[in-house]
Amino acid sequence: MLNGISINYYILLSAVLFIIGAVGVMARRNSIIIFMCIELMLNAVNLLLVAFSTLHNDPSGQVFVFFIMAVAAAEVAVGLAILSMIYRNIKNIDTDLLSNLKQ
Amino acid sequence: MLLGYTITQWLFGILSFLAIMFALMVVFSRNPVNSVLYLVMTFFCIAGHYLLLNAQFLAVVHIVVYAGAIMVLFLFVIMLMDLNEESEPQRSWLNKTIAAIAGGMLLFVMVGSLKGAGDLQLNQMGHSDIGLVKNLGKVLFKEFLFPFEIASILLLAALVGAIMIGKKDIK
Repeated sequence: MLNGISINYYILLSAVLFIIGAVGVMARRNSIIIFMCIELMLNAVNLLLVAFSTLHNDPSGQVFVFFIMAVAAAEVAVGLAILSMIYRNIKNIDTDLLSNLKQ
Repeated sequence: MLLGYTITQWLFGILSFLAIMFALMVVFSRNPVNSVLYLVMTFFCIAGHYLLLNAQFLAVVHIVVYAGAIMVLFLFVIMLMDLNEESEPQRSWLNKTIAAIAGGMLLFVMVGSLKGAGDLQLNQMGHSDIGLVKNLGKVLFKEFLFPFEIASILLLAALVGAIMIGKKDIK
């Protein structure tokens, strides 16, 4: 097959994107950047779902991606509302300062 | 055929390289506004991958939802909070090194686990039309009708929740 790209490359690309997102969650302190890295991880998974859907010629995978997008939109709306409320209360969104539950 | 690779393979390589570079820039950029813009570029590259995979409808929806709606929301919140390079909190170098090592080990495990997978080829240039609105809509409204309705309730709940949380004083 001349035009084909091995599914292994898609798995590798998705793994790399996912891990960049995971490292971003671990290495940053700004809550908004952490949120964006979570979006990056969701997108890596979406890309792999679409790749497998094309591999098996089955539209269910693409419908799943559709649902993941809807859930991600809901998650972002609620998460950003929570973050803006936190910012209003403590004037900061540094994750290290969000330790009120510990005390 | 360029240098032994087909156009599809060239496009895949270029889009993958750009997506990974922009994703790295999201993590390493000091200014949150730059991070958002790099993430938008990453999403455009991923939309290009969707086009390459014959998922035309998803590519359009991806650009509209992510680049158009979600990232604008991020940008609005960042500008509302007046975040910039000076106010950006930084983790210690020890923490960053530990995060990089943990990520590298996770990548090692993932790549190692896929070594046993077969070398399946994707038929991208074939006349597969499962990504078109017509076929996707048929599946969505026949097999996935109930989850679709649940998703609408989820979105409504998120809408109400976001407004309730965002209100200044709840009576």
